[in-house]
Amino acid sequence: MEIGIGHYLTVAAMLFTIGIFGIFLNRKNVIVILMSVELMLLAVNINLVAFSSFNKDLVGQVFAMMVLTVAAAEAAVGLAIIVVYYRNRGSIAVEDINMMKG
Amino acid sequence: MPEELQIYAPLLPEIILALGAMALLMYGVFRPETESEAETVGWLAILVMIAAAITIVWYGNGTVRLFEGAFVDDAFARFMKLLTLGGGAVALMLSFDDFRNLRIMKFEYPVLVLLSTVGMMLMISAGDLIALYVGLELSSLALYVIAAYRRDSVKASEAGLKYFVLGALSSGMLLYGSSLIYGFAGSTNFQVIANAAKGAEVATNLWLIFGLVFLMVGLAFKVSAVPFHMWTPDVYEGSATPVTTFFATAPKVAAMALLVRVTVGAFPAIAMQWQQIITFIAIASMLLGAFAAIGQTNIKRLMAYSSIANVGFALVGLAANSAEGTQAVLVYMAIYVVMTLGVFACILSMRRADQAVEEIEELAGLARNNLPMAFALMILMFALAGIPPLVGFFGKYFVFMAAVKAGLYPLAVVGVLASVVGAYYYLRIIKVMFFDDSKEKFEPVRFKAGAVIAAAALIMIFGVIWLGPFTDYAMAAAQSFTFVK
Repeated sequence: MEIGIGHYLTVAAMLFTIGIFGIFLNRKNVIVILMSVELMLLAVNINLVAFSSFNKDLVGQVFAMMVLTVAAAEAAVGLAIIVVYYRNRGSIAVEDINMMKG
Repeated sequence: MPEELQIYAPLLPEIILALGAMALLMYGVFRPETESEAETVGWLAILVMIAAAITIVWYGNGTVRLFEGAFVDDAFARFMKLLTLGGGAVALMLSFDDFRNLRIMKFEYPVLVLLSTVGMMLMISAGDLIALYVGLELSSLALYVIAAYRRDSVKASEAGLKYFVLGALSSGMLLYGSSLIYGFAGSTNFQVIANAAKGAEVATNLWLIFGLVFLMVGLAFKVSAVPFHMWTPDVYEGSATPVTTFFATAPKVAAMALLVRVTVGAFPAIAMQWQQIITFIAIASMLLGAFAAIGQTNIKRLMAYSSIANVGFALVGLAANSAEGTQAVLVYMAIYVVMTLGVFACILSMRRADQAVEEIEELAGLARNNLPMAFALMILMFALAGIPPLVGFFGKYFVFMAAVKAGLYPLAVVGVLASVVGAYYYLRIIKVMFFDDSKEKFEPVRFKAGAVIAAAALIMIFGVIWLGPFTDYAMAAAQSFTFVK
């Protein structure tokens, strides 16, 4: 079977959906949310590289590199905020993040 | 400047800000860690912002596209950049006294504000999906940190955590949309995307619309439009008030500019489709902002819902998809920034025994204790409610006129009804100040906050005089885009 762009897009769409569900269904730990966000960004990267390859256009791969870089920075900032939160509250369980009612 | 570098002159404001931020970071690291040094860094940061604003006015001319169209400098970008810089600089100035009080006066704050401002200015000038994403993330990463800036407070760190999680989710959505648009338009450049959408067959356009929807989710989050507003009340309440002041002004302006640039600039061919989405989120934001604010007791939370409603009003102008509509967005955002800065300067002045108080009831009897402040806050509340002849009225007038001209009557009707409901909670604050039994006095208003309050109130009263030239300037900015019906 020929593997076409549709297959890549399907895999990416599935990973992206798993990422979103991971954020909304997870009731335990904030770190899991961070992992889910990472999953979403990597799904986007699959999309970008697949399009780049099938469109014969390098920009998509440049975009993917940018996404990787920013994702690393974002994880660093996110973990720092989680550490600060843990020091104040003594917990990073999702159900404990309820000081203010939104 | 050498001849061959002349073409990069429109980039000068961003270069000044970025280099300024790095230089100030070094200055802060190598100087003793005292509050007065931190304040010096703060004033220098304001100076850097002023320098950037001057270069915008000095070098700005016509429409320039740099780096294969990734960076666009036009009248629209200059208008929004000046507004962002102005809001950011005043919010930064208001932070000094309060941070001294909270014992968190550190040099990192001005540096982070500068860095996020660079990101916002790149967002405003983005002409390419990559530039859009990088600019947006540069501003967001700094904003996540300053949301949790008061790091010994549970509330502030919770605000930072919530903003980070939802922000990361929304930028994931935005990226997914970008990847689809890139794939089906074959380019990340907005002009190429606009052309691709024009001649495309139905199936391709469907994918482009799909991508645009995801992209708009990310941007709606940044402007805090319903249904992506959940973070706003919590971040406004939890963060230190000077941080909230910053959040309520500069990032909103930049995100609104980006929303205009993406919809009008990159997708004029499928205007019908995005107009429907914008219409929906405008109506939802106006209604939720108006009704949810009624029950609030915390004034920062109230201002959060007020900002959601205001974003809804500004989006009415965007939904019109016309030069008048975009002009209305620009005018509305400018007036919104002035009103918000004034109100937050008042909130910063609500202090007793060196503690900030944030409940609306605490304003009771302010008219007897401090009449000038009560009067100024009354003017600002009337302006937010949109009562003529204050300038706040004209902001609403322009967006509703643009909607009516574009034939969007339901939108205009809902907008007027929502502003009537909104008037209730603004007027309630005036009632509390003037007619309720007097409470203990606040501490005297500090000079900087007082100056901002006075300036904002005076602009609200006398701004009508300059409204004509100002709207002409906004019109010239709005005509940077070509509108397709």
